[in-house]
Amino acid sequence: MKSGRQITRRRLLRGMLAGSAVTVGLPLLDCVLNTNGTAFASTGAPLPARFATWYWPLGLGEDDWTPKATGVNYTLPPQMAPLKPLQKKMNFFTGGQVFLDGQSNNVHFTGLQGLMTGKVANSREYLGSIDALISEVIGKGSRFRSIEVACAGSPRDCWSARPDSGVQPAEISPVALYSRVFGAEFKDPNAAEFTPDPEVMLKKSVLSGITEERQALMKRLGPADREKLDNYFTSLRELEQKLEVQLKKPEPLPSCSIPKPLPMDKEPAVTLSMDAVERADLFAGLLAHALACGQTNVVNLAISRPQSGLRKDGDATAHHTHTHEEQIDPKLGYQPVCRWFTDNYMNALARFVSRLDGIKEGDRTLLDSMVVFAFTDHGAPRLHSVRNYPIITFGNGGGRIKTGMHIGRPGDQVTRVGLTIQQAMGVQTSSWGVGSNRVTSPISEVLA
Amino acid sequence: MNKLMKPTFSTAAAAASVLSGWLLAQDVSAAASAPASANAPLSWRLGPGQYRQTIVEVFGPSISITGRFDPEYRQDGLLTIGARTASISASGVERYDELAENIAAQVVDERNRDTLIPCKPASATASDEACARQFLSAAGRLLYRRALTEEEIAASVKLAGIVSQAKHDFYAGLAGALGNMLLSPNFLYVYKTFEPDPEQNGKLRLDGYSKASVLSFFLWNAPPDDALLSAAENGEIHTKKGLRRQVDRMLASPSLENGVRAFFSDMLGFSEFETLAKDPMFFPRFTPRVIDQAQEQTLRTIVDLLVVRQGDYRDLFTTPDTFLTRSLAALYGIPIVDTTDNGQPERWIPYSFPADDPRAGILSHASFVALHSPSGRSSPTDRGKALREYLLCQAVPSPPADVSFAVVQDTNHPVYRTARERLGAHATDAACSGCHKITDPIGLALENFDSAGGFRTTENGAQIDTSGELNGTKFDGPVGLAKALRSDPALTACVATRAVAYASGRTPRRGDAELKRIQAEFADNRYNFVELLREVALSDALFSVPPQATQLVTAR
Repeated sequence: MKSGRQITRRRLLRGMLAGSAVTVGLPLLDCVLNTNGTAFASTGAPLPARFATWYWPLGLGEDDWTPKATGVNYTLPPQMAPLKPLQKKMNFFTGGQVFLDGQSNNVHFTGLQGLMTGKVANSREYLGSIDALISEVIGKGSRFRSIEVACAGSPRDCWSARPDSGVQPAEISPVALYSRVFGAEFKDPNAAEFTPDPEVMLKKSVLSGITEERQALMKRLGPADREKLDNYFTSLRELEQKLEVQLKKPEPLPSCSIPKPLPMDKEPAVTLSMDAVERADLFAGLLAHALACGQTNVVNLAISRPQSGLRKDGDATAHHTHTHEEQIDPKLGYQPVCRWFTDNYMNALARFVSRLDGIKEGDRTLLDSMVVFAFTDHGAPRLHSVRNYPIITFGNGGGRIKTGMHIGRPGDQVTRVGLTIQQAMGVQTSSWGVGSNRVTSPISEVLA
Repeated sequence: MNKLMKPTFSTAAAAASVLSGWLLAQDVSAAASAPASANAPLSWRLGPGQYRQTIVEVFGPSISITGRFDPEYRQDGLLTIGARTASISASGVERYDELAENIAAQVVDERNRDTLIPCKPASATASDEACARQFLSAAGRLLYRRALTEEEIAASVKLAGIVSQAKHDFYAGLAGALGNMLLSPNFLYVYKTFEPDPEQNGKLRLDGYSKASVLSFFLWNAPPDDALLSAAENGEIHTKKGLRRQVDRMLASPSLENGVRAFFSDMLGFSEFETLAKDPMFFPRFTPRVIDQAQEQTLRTIVDLLVVRQGDYRDLFTTPDTFLTRSLAALYGIPIVDTTDNGQPERWIPYSFPADDPRAGILSHASFVALHSPSGRSSPTDRGKALREYLLCQAVPSPPADVSFAVVQDTNHPVYRTARERLGAHATDAACSGCHKITDPIGLALENFDSAGGFRTTENGAQIDTSGELNGTKFDGPVGLAKALRSDPALTACVATRAVAYASGRTPRRGDAELKRIQAEFADNRYNFVELLREVALSDALFSVPPQATQLVTAR
């Protein structure tokens, strides 16, 4: 079918007239000649703050999981039992809600839109999530400004969105993530010798050729196309920054060790909750190493899409359907199958956080330098409720927040948690959110 | 709202349904919001299929493309519309860069360079400006879909020279410059640009290159070939006769099949296959191979009926003719004879279902009934919603908040054993019943097909009742549904609307005069899909000049 066109192409390639030799001076390779990046003495600067988000689908179930007591002396609800060993390094926020301000509740989406971006809109607009606002501050000096992963096979299962370009596509393959972070381009920060790679220098210079095209292209485009082009060049700039980081001698990081290469990936699409969690564990290992090795300061993990179609082995009905249909067992007081899913996710969350807490950085742990922000799509999933969101954070962000508390604020804007975490992570802002979701003060009792 | 209901919902039953009216209103508002505002983007991000096809067209099929692309997003029913607003993420640039380096390395590889590079350098270990210029300007014209400016060629040649010198390798230099082209927004985005129209004083027109790209990606899902670029360069594309000549040529080309496949893959939502899986415990025959073959079965059926036989679009939904492989036949429970040796790729065998078979038309293919089912069991609601949205261009609202879904799909329910019984119980909830009335009676007629597309007559030991209703027409079973769908005027109106939207990048308004004309021509041509493509390709909708173009050209 394409043979006719193939001939045309060959004829064309062979038949092209050689143009006259005109050269235009473009400073394409100026930095190749500039080789002053051979050694960077350790600055002794403090370790950077790090941030992680961890999304699990469909809340904690229907029964009453809100602790009665607030402050440090509270009892964890049974739904969160796997997190018990981490309770002192954790804060549990309850009661926060998303205000719809007359917009419809686009179920499994609108609540997250409000919780993560501070703005509720009828459209599917989703711009500027908490993690992206934070990576703007703490992410730019590292090789990857942020890393997103999704555990159920779809790169669209992601709640991280830059303010200008929208949702980031997530990595769905642990093997691909391994080679992206620890493949040939990885520079061991603890290697005795450091020589800037001439290939990287050359590549950086070559890329500048694309930047040279910008002005000519901009002139031909309308405002909306120019905006898209701006986004493209912002992304290209991140690639250039990645190369710049590779040309600098990294700060030694004693806690950095290189993980073992992973075996083959399984089939990309996942339908069982256990398989998604298994993938989450693989990702957790890689992300922890990536953080400890200074490759990124911000990571985002999502178990699945919000209206989770994941199932328990041998059961034809998916978690989402169970949340609506399963009866609350009168003896147990909860939906037993839904609880199975919640337990599965809380266990995976505990393993994720423990892994971070298991990496020593001096006399503290990696977790102590960061905040993990665990969130979900609905307060009470059976009713698609946007009230009483359970949010769990871990770590004190390098001494920036106090932990060990239950913060119950029934009816408060859930965005206040987002503002508090942003301020703790160094985002210079005194307010966050739009309309009724706008807040102008943080939760002061957790700020150190 | 009632005024709007009349054109599509002519039956009394539908007219009486408030919800149907609301459904239509949703559709209208969706279409009304879609047309470009003055600031809508005109360019689009090259889709994965368009990227791949470009590499095939320019460098041949031996270049392998491994790697993933930024995900696509559906808007107004099409990924093609979503591509208008798609940006390229930071990780996307990383991926495009890897692809670019990989492709460029293959092009200059010793195995390929003699066929793909039209000249030999004076020395393989040094730069050669003349040869680099010859290759880069030719490849650039095909990749950027326009002739490169002298400045662009010079910059690219210079870059190749610098890398060649640094690496003492002429071909490494070419690869560096080519890699940049493949990462450039000039390649990754298809731009629409404008110029003063010499025929109409003071007016603008889409320039020739932009017209060539619009036509080519519409009809071939591929970049313009040399003849089309030449028609852009010599002005032929701007004349009525010249345009017609090019469109005729493109419709007669074997590449049309590629374009038709791409259009229906988009319209039928086949990108969702990427994340489709079924529980092997329940559906052991639904293997990854079957997933690939399910799409191929439908695309082959479409190409055969619409392109090869130039048939009636409506017959796609009732035709007994299709193509099967051994694996698909096993899934469907059909005995076919395939003499292919074990271990060899399975062959595609033409197959016609008997007249009384419940399988007929593409609705009975796994590409519909399995694609629109959850991994563990079938969902009449999902299938009904998919039929309305994908095939009739009607929007079905999301479920409301604060409603319990109790009993609906409790497959172990002691009383409500079949999906129909469970949905019936659910339908008593007023907040739910409205929407389910427009989806479930469609989906229930397809309940003979399980979540993976296999055939069944019972569910949990109870006989499945497949009676259903579509906009007031009652029927029984999948064949009845297919016939009702075939005679629904929204079916043909929808595909025509999608074709215009797919080609122009904008969903036309419902009352749009040009759309109405195209729909009428489609009917006059007995719903011949290739003729529909011709009408759209020659229509004013395709090359229209948006208001913001004026300032662009004056600014330039």
